[in-house]
Amino acid sequence: MKSNKNGLLIDYEYCTGCFACTVACCQEHGWEAPLSGIKVMEIVQDLPKDKAYLTFLPFPTELCVLCAKRTIKGLDPTCVKHCMANCLSYGNLKELAKELEKKPRMVLWSPR
Amino acid sequence: MGKSKTNIVKTTTWSAGPGCHGGCGVLAHIKDNKLIKIEGDPDHPWNQGRLCARALAMTQYIDHHDRLKSPLKRVGKRGEDQFEEISWDEAFDIIEEKMKTIRDDFGPESMIFSMGTGRDIGPWICMLAYAYGSPNVMFALSGNACYSPRIAALDTVQGDYCVFDAAQWLPGRYDHPEYKVPECMIIWGYNIAATCPDNLFGHWIIDLMKKGTKIITIDPRLSFFASRSKHWLQIRPGTDAALALGFLHVIIKEELYDQNFLETFTDAPRLVRNDTGKLLRESDVVKEGSRENFVVFDNPKKAIIIWNTQKQEYSISDSNPAFTGTFEIQLLNGNTIACTTVWDKFKKNCAFYTPQKVEEITLVLAPDIEKAARFYAKAKPASIHWGVPIDMTPEITPLCHAIAALWALTGNLDVPGGNVFTRSAFNAVAYALPGAEGVIKLKDQAQDKTRIGKDEYGPFNKFIWRCQTDKVIEQIFSEKPYPVKGLWMQTCNPLSGIGLDPKLWQKALEKLDFIVGVDLFMTPSLRYADIILSAATFLEKDGVRSWWVPLQTINKALTVDGCRPDVEINFELSKRFDPDFKWETIHDLFDEILEPSGMNFEKLSKKGWALPPENHASRPYFRHEKGLLRSDGKPGFTTPSGKFELYATLREDWGLEAMPYFKEPPFTPISRPDLFKDYPLILGTGRRSPAFFHSEHRNIPWLRTLDPDPVVEIHPETARKNKISNGEWVIVENWMGKARFKAKVTKIVPPWMVMAAHGWWFPEEKDDPLFHTFESNINMLIPMNEQGKDGLGTPMKHLLCRIKKEVLGVKNNEI
Repeated sequence: MKSNKNGLLIDYEYCTGCFACTVACCQEHGWEAPLSGIKVMEIVQDLPKDKAYLTFLPFPTELCVLCAKRTIKGLDPTCVKHCMANCLSYGNLKELAKELEKKPRMVLWSPR
Repeated sequence: MGKSKTNIVKTTTWSAGPGCHGGCGVLAHIKDNKLIKIEGDPDHPWNQGRLCARALAMTQYIDHHDRLKSPLKRVGKRGEDQFEEISWDEAFDIIEEKMKTIRDDFGPESMIFSMGTGRDIGPWICMLAYAYGSPNVMFALSGNACYSPRIAALDTVQGDYCVFDAAQWLPGRYDHPEYKVPECMIIWGYNIAATCPDNLFGHWIIDLMKKGTKIITIDPRLSFFASRSKHWLQIRPGTDAALALGFLHVIIKEELYDQNFLETFTDAPRLVRNDTGKLLRESDVVKEGSRENFVVFDNPKKAIIIWNTQKQEYSISDSNPAFTGTFEIQLLNGNTIACTTVWDKFKKNCAFYTPQKVEEITLVLAPDIEKAARFYAKAKPASIHWGVPIDMTPEITPLCHAIAALWALTGNLDVPGGNVFTRSAFNAVAYALPGAEGVIKLKDQAQDKTRIGKDEYGPFNKFIWRCQTDKVIEQIFSEKPYPVKGLWMQTCNPLSGIGLDPKLWQKALEKLDFIVGVDLFMTPSLRYADIILSAATFLEKDGVRSWWVPLQTINKALTVDGCRPDVEINFELSKRFDPDFKWETIHDLFDEILEPSGMNFEKLSKKGWALPPENHASRPYFRHEKGLLRSDGKPGFTTPSGKFELYATLREDWGLEAMPYFKEPPFTPISRPDLFKDYPLILGTGRRSPAFFHSEHRNIPWLRTLDPDPVVEIHPETARKNKISNGEWVIVENWMGKARFKAKVTKIVPPWMVMAAHGWWFPEEKDDPLFHTFESNINMLIPMNEQGKDGLGTPMKHLLCRIKKEVLGVKNNEI
């Protein structure tokens, strides 16, 4: 099976911006700072009545290989394994797309 | 040579390395005595395979080129970059000789033993201080304002500390049949990203939210929780006690409290004298009556009856104490005085804090206060998680008292999913923490006589076995009542992190005769040490962790040449200072600490961790009902009355207010309008970064890149007014001093406040021996000596300041 059929499902309702994914990736793949296969964006959304909403969004970069060496052994990618909020899932894109329907505030990434 | 194998060592995080309060199970992959990789242990009940950024960066930490790998001796002046390597034997010999001279000439109390935040240093630093003979163990933060004030406050009013219940005591965690997911959680001044405060795993709260827990957030900043709350109360910093009293006001007025808990487990019927405002005691009304026994009024009998605290019962069996009313009581001296019940007094106390009044004080809108209070009170179960900002205000004890009354009166104390009592698993206690005596203790009470601050402050004589930090600094300069001559400074960096008013700390360090520093990297504070010892990370040591649950061992996974674990360093010196030192090896000591569990180090390390069994005093629930808290086996609490005290007997004994109240902190727009004119912004500090533990980790590349600069958060409107753009360097200043930060223009903070990051120094700036530690150090703006009347708390979260764009070419340090 080709890796591009798989992807990462992010439940950004629960991402706390702890960066465990970013550093786990550096360790697994030996990236030197500031390189990493996954970054976390902080988004302060503007809402009506001068309100705001804080969201963190993990984003797999051009360096993400979905931990091919781990997944071939049946392990989750290291970012998924270590996510403190358990808000990352790995799997087949079609299967993950079904999960998207189950709750709001999710995004499905298909890295390069 | 054949290929060497990778060995996986299971161990527990604590302290040096991730820096935190620990508890996570990890798998350390070791090859040829090198850490290849570290992962979360999927079988561990605490973190269940998860792991934070700081622990995941351990490979960069262990082999870091700047790690101290030999003891050092200072050969230049204090604060300079002049050290030479010496052997461990030589270092120990010099320390032994110098410290024995101080002990002979000035007494053992003239040495202070200082630590940073409470980690796997506490027991070993106490061991060394006590073996040397000094009671002066110091947690170096002003007002001792981290955790122990909250613990002492709860010990005062409810006898035991408590935390939110995430099923951490139960096998199988959330799936255990006894457990209930809280319907509501109040997150009071806590941000999750940096994860793990006070011996809890922060992301347990995320687990609970996914299971349906609704959140009330009390925070001036738009935190992760604030965005996801049913109610977000954006409070003015420092006014938390008013908000808690406002909640109590609503709950009492609308009768949302648990009547059964109130009548059975609180001191509500005790009588208070209207003439003195103090408790009516048996000794006031009965000849040879005890001062420890209290008086209630029995309505049907129209007579007083006595609550016998020793027996935990009333003087008559068919008692029917009045919870409300004012009664004429005849004293022994023949005078008649009016007395009122504690409950009436408490209600009256809360009546003042109407939602409208609380809105005026806190800036939280009255309807929001009412809605949140109702939601919390009606949710079953509900819990409260409070962060360290609770400690960081001078009137910390009255604040804690008010919050404790919330979980008690709503019937959420020691119930599944509520706030549950915490004792060290199996009662295996390493060292004296508030409320618990450990294996490591002072030889006798006489040794404690000279502890600084002990006689001045009640809680320091009852629950807190450290010296009072502000008083220590004062005494270093005054030399009264005795001179302070030496400092043992272990994983503690007052010039960059824990020391408020760091220039004052610098002067104090300059004045001392002898300083030993123990750390893993060179720090600005270590530049003042005479001898530096190179310490080890958690992966390089054996240890035990007995803080709440589970009971765990730390298992040595590798060694780094030239580095020694704190426990081994302190053990070696303890033997040298104390001819009667009790233990032969550190494992003898570990075994004694673990003894109440029925396991020794070897057995527990094979098992990994252990949870206390059912019906053990260190396992929930309903222990006050089952009689598991008190040594006499009676129901109730370990307070002076045996009840949850709405009126704190100990506070009365200490000459302090016995009921919760709000007092405006010392440096706010309200208390200091004169300063507010020049410094029109509220200054907060201490928001956590997931990349760093306080002043640590600035030198770890994977972590530094996540949070590269000292940042001050400024609201867009405030930035515009001050002509500051995002990313520009700004000066934050007040009457104490100034520091430079990079502007982060963001709606995370309200327009009336800025939040400056703490703990900043620049380990990469080696041109300055002090690594520019005073340049972006927010503590330059925060005074010492503002602790509360009980010696606890400090106004760190609510100062005043102004901001301006930095003028290029003018170095902050020179101004």
